[in-house]
Amino acid sequence: MTAGGMAAEIAVACLLVAGGVLSLASAFGLLRMPTFFMRMHPPAIANTFAVWCTALAVIVYFWVFEDRLALYVWLIPIFLSITAPVTTALLARAALFRERQRGGDVPPPPGGGSA
Amino acid sequence: MTSLIAVAAVIALSCYVAAMALAFVRLLRGPAAQDRVLALDFIYINGMLVVLVLGVRYGSSMYFESALLIALFGFVSSAALAKFLLRGEVIE
Repeated sequence: MTAGGMAAEIAVACLLVAGGVLSLASAFGLLRMPTFFMRMHPPAIANTFAVWCTALAVIVYFWVFEDRLALYVWLIPIFLSITAPVTTALLARAALFRERQRGGDVPPPPGGGSA
Repeated sequence: MTSLIAVAAVIALSCYVAAMALAFVRLLRGPAAQDRVLALDFIYINGMLVVLVLGVRYGSSMYFESALLIALFGFVSSAALAKFLLRGEVIE
């Protein structure tokens, strides 16, 4: 194997492992954070860094070892960068609404209206 | 498939499975419904990543479509569940 192939192999392996470790770290955060609004943050690591690392590993792998520039794999990070904020915002609004209904310790709605 | 990438794929897959197990604990424990929806969304993302890594492991691009579909359905289900928690119905 050439030196370039070896470097690409190491790069793909590092990116795959980095994606796994980042996802595991965000799962630990999801499990251990004390309140829901803190728990909303860790999954963003998996939504961004872990997905970027894995998609980049797939692209480099197919580019170097199968001679195909599989750039369409990058559609997944683009799609997630559009959808993840929408999910997060909807879920945060739902959680805020439900906490207010329960009388929890959250800020009141702006303007004094009901949610 | 070289041995280094095969080992890295196995390590990454183990990490994803462990992350899904931790998120499943959060899914069971709650305490509120929004925690469960968040954990389900996280499990969807990890399942998509597992499929992508399997695509590298077996050197096939067939896995990409299923990964994209999983991401799509994960978004739709999380958005629908969040809307349900907000309003009590999905489509008004």
